[in-house]
Amino acid sequence: MLLRVLVRAGVLAASLAVSSVVVFGFLAALPGDPARVALGVNATEESVAALRTEFGLDRSLGDQYVDWVGGMITGDPGRSYVSKAEIGPQLADRMQVTLWLVASATLIAVIIALPAGTLMAVRHGRRSGLLLAGLSQLGVAVPAFLAGILLITLFAVRLRWLPSGGWTPPVEDPAMFLRQLTLPALALGVVQGAVLSRYVRSAVIDVLREDYLRTARAKGLTSLRALWRHGLRNAMVPVVTVLGLQLATLLIGAVVVERVFVVPGLGKLLLDAVANRDLLLVQAVVMVLVVAVLVVNFVVDLLYAVLDPRLRHG
Amino acid sequence: MESGLIGSTRVVSGGLAVASLLALAACSAGSSTSPPDGTPPPSGEGSDEALVLGLVAEPASLDFTQDAGAAIPQALLVNVYEGLVKLGQDGEIEPALATEWAVSDDGLTYTFDLVENAVFTNGEPMTADDVVFSIERVQTEWAGSLARAMDVVESAEATSPTQVVVTLTQPSNNWLYNMTTRIGAIFSQSGIDDLASTPIGTGPYELAQWNRGDSIELTGNEDYWGEAPYFSEVTLRYFDDPTALNSALLTGTIDVITTVQAPEGLAQFEGNEDLQIIEGTTNGEVVLSFNHRSAPFQDLQVRQAVRQAIDRQALVDTCWAGRGELIGSMVPPTDPWYEDLTDVAPYDPDESRRLLEAAGQTDLTLRLRLPSLPYATSCGQVVASQLEDVGITIEVDTLEFPAQWLAQVFQPPNDYDMSIVAHVEPRDVPPLFGDPTYYLGYDNPEVVQQLADADAGTVDEQVTIMQDVARTLSEDAAADWLFLLPNLVVADADITGLPENAIGEALDLTLLARS
Repeated sequence: MLLRVLVRAGVLAASLAVSSVVVFGFLAALPGDPARVALGVNATEESVAALRTEFGLDRSLGDQYVDWVGGMITGDPGRSYVSKAEIGPQLADRMQVTLWLVASATLIAVIIALPAGTLMAVRHGRRSGLLLAGLSQLGVAVPAFLAGILLITLFAVRLRWLPSGGWTPPVEDPAMFLRQLTLPALALGVVQGAVLSRYVRSAVIDVLREDYLRTARAKGLTSLRALWRHGLRNAMVPVVTVLGLQLATLLIGAVVVERVFVVPGLGKLLLDAVANRDLLLVQAVVMVLVVAVLVVNFVVDLLYAVLDPRLRHG
Repeated sequence: MESGLIGSTRVVSGGLAVASLLALAACSAGSSTSPPDGTPPPSGEGSDEALVLGLVAEPASLDFTQDAGAAIPQALLVNVYEGLVKLGQDGEIEPALATEWAVSDDGLTYTFDLVENAVFTNGEPMTADDVVFSIERVQTEWAGSLARAMDVVESAEATSPTQVVVTLTQPSNNWLYNMTTRIGAIFSQSGIDDLASTPIGTGPYELAQWNRGDSIELTGNEDYWGEAPYFSEVTLRYFDDPTALNSALLTGTIDVITTVQAPEGLAQFEGNEDLQIIEGTTNGEVVLSFNHRSAPFQDLQVRQAVRQAIDRQALVDTCWAGRGELIGSMVPPTDPWYEDLTDVAPYDPDESRRLLEAAGQTDLTLRLRLPSLPYATSCGQVVASQLEDVGITIEVDTLEFPAQWLAQVFQPPNDYDMSIVAHVEPRDVPPLFGDPTYYLGYDNPEVVQQLADADAGTVDEQVTIMQDVARTLSEDAAADWLFLLPNLVVADADITGLPENAIGEALDLTLLARS
C-alpha cells in the first residue's frame, strides 16, 4: 500500500512538473510581449521597458520559470501586470467560491445518480427503467449553460423564487448564500448527475450479473438488498473513477456556469483575465485548475485501493 | 469585452462602453469666456436609498492614468474623481472644482478659481498645488495616448491656494473640452500610492468596496463640498453575459441596464410597464474604413462606388435590429458642427457600377478584414453581400480582437483594404483623418490645416470649419459611416435623470434619483 502511495505521489509530482512547464511555456510562446499587451498599443517604449523591468520580464525564460514555480508553491504568484493587484489573495477568494459550487454540484450529482442509476439497473428492461434511462439520456444531452439559462428563465424570471445570479459569501448572509447557490449548483449538478447515473447503472448491472449476487438472491434477499449488502462496494470502483473524471469536467463546467450566473469564481476570473490580456493571471488560474485536476485524480487512485483491497497490491 | 485605446481613439466592442461616453455638443470656452455662473445642477434631496446599476466590462484596474479601459472613467470620473470642469447634460462645459475661469484674449492663459472647501477622501484639503501636480503628472507619468491632449499645456502655476493659471503653447478649443475627460481629474499629492485599487478624489462618492469579478460599491462622501447626491449607496454590478444582465433587471437584482449589449434583446422589455426604455445617440461611429495606402482606394471613384453600393438603412435593420442613426460623416448629432450628410453618397447601385467602370475596376477584389466583435462580424456580412451585388469580389476574414486585429490592421503593416470598427471617442475627427500615419492612411494636408485652424480659432470659427471638414470627408469618401451606435438604456420606470444621449466619459451618478 505504502509503495503504491509513493509511486502515485511520484507520478503526481512528475505530472505537476511537466504541466507547469507546459503552462508556462505555452503562454511564453504566445506572440506578443506581455508588457506591451498589458499597456496597450500606444504605450511608449519607455513605459513598456519599465514594466518589463518591474516584472522581471527582461530576464531569461529559465529564471522567470523558476521564479514563477517558486511563487506558485509558496502561495505568492506575484502581481498582475494589468491590475497590479496581488494574485494570491484573488486566487484564494475565487477558489473558495468555485469549491462551494463544485462541491454542492457534486453532492447534487451523487444524490441524483446513485438512486436513479441503481433503479435503472434494477428495473433494467422494464418500463420504469426505460423511462429513467430516457430522462438521464436527456440530461446528458443538455449542456450546463443551457440548463442554467432554462433554470433562470423558469425559477428566477417567471416564478421569482430564486435570484438569477450573484454571490454572497456564506459568512455574510447564509440564507442569501443558499438562495444564490441553488440554481448554479443545480445547473452543474443535474447534468453531471445524469451522466453519472448512466455509469452507476452499468456498474450495478455488471455487479448484478455476478455469481455472488445470484447466490445472495438465491438465499432469499431481494435484488436491492443483495446489492446493498454485497454489491455496492464493488459497483463503487468504476463509479468513483467516473466521479473523479467528472470533477475535472465540473471545474470546466463551472467556468461557463459562473459566467451565466455571474458568480465570481475561478472560471470568471479566468475569463476576465483572458479578456484583459492579463497573462500572468491566466497562467496562475490555469495552473491552479491543472493542479486541482491532477490532485483529484491522485486521490481517486488512492480511493480505489481503499474501496477494492485487490488493488492495494497492484 | 473591454475596449482598447488605440491611436487617440477608443475602439469599442459591441455597443458597450459607449454608455460611458457622454459627449454632447460642448461649446468650448473661447476667448474671455466666463462659465455659466453657479453651482452644480440641483440633484434633489440626498436620500438613504441605494441603487444598483448593471454594466458590462468590469475594469481590470481602477487606475486610468495607466490603463486605457473605458470602464474606469465610466465608474469613477465625476463620481469619485472631479476635474476643474465637467461636461453638463447638454454638452456645455460646467464648473466643478473650478468655480469659474477666465481666458485671456490671446486664448493662451486660463485662470481657474477653485472651490475652497473641497477635501480628498484621504483627509487632505484640495489646493491649487494638487491641481498643478495633477496636470503635470499627466504629462510625465500617464501611459497611453489620451495623455497627449495635455501636451498643449506649457505650464501650470499655483498663484494662490485657490487659484491656478494654466498657460498653453497655442490656443486650443479642444484643451478645455478634454479637461472634462479623465485627463482633467484632480489627484491628491499624497493619494496616488495605490491608484489601481484605492482611488482618492474629492467627488460626491467614495469607493466603499471593490468585489473583483462582481461589483464596485460606492458610498456617499460625507465630507463632500457640494450638494449630496440622491442615492447614498450605488453599486455598479458587472455582467459578462447579456442574458444574465437582462435577467438581473427582470428579477429586480439591478435597477438599471446602462447599456443594452444586443439590441435584439430589447424586445423582452417592451410593453413592460415597470420599466422604461431610453434610446438615444452615442459618439460611436461605426466606420467602414478604406485603407488609403491600398491601390484601389487611391482612386476617388472606387471609394465613391463602394459608398454608393451600401444600403445603410437595410444594413442597420439587418445587423443591428434597426437601432442606430445614419450619419454620413464622422460627426454625431450631439456635436455642434453636426449636419445631415446622408445625401452625399446615397445608395445607388447603378451609379456605383458606373463609377467602377469609369475607374476601370470592373474586376475588383477587396479584402474586408473584420475584428471579432459582434457588430463588425454581423454587419460585415451585409456589407460584403451588398458590394458583391455591384460586382466587387469581397474576401472576408475575421481577426481576433484586439490582439490580431491591432497587429494586422491597426498597426503597420496595415495589411487590409477595408475593415469595420466603432470609434467611440468624442470628437474624434482629428486622430482619424488628421493623421496620415493612422491606420486609415488618409493623407489630406488641407484637412490637417483646417483641423489646426478649428482648434485655434474662435468657437464660431471652429463650428464653421468643422462643418466644412465633415463635408469634405464625406465628399472625398474618406471612409463610409455605416451608422451611429445607439445608446440603449433600460431601467425601472421610477428612475429619473438617466441621460438620453451618451455624452462624455463618465456615468454621472449625481443626476440620478427615484421619483
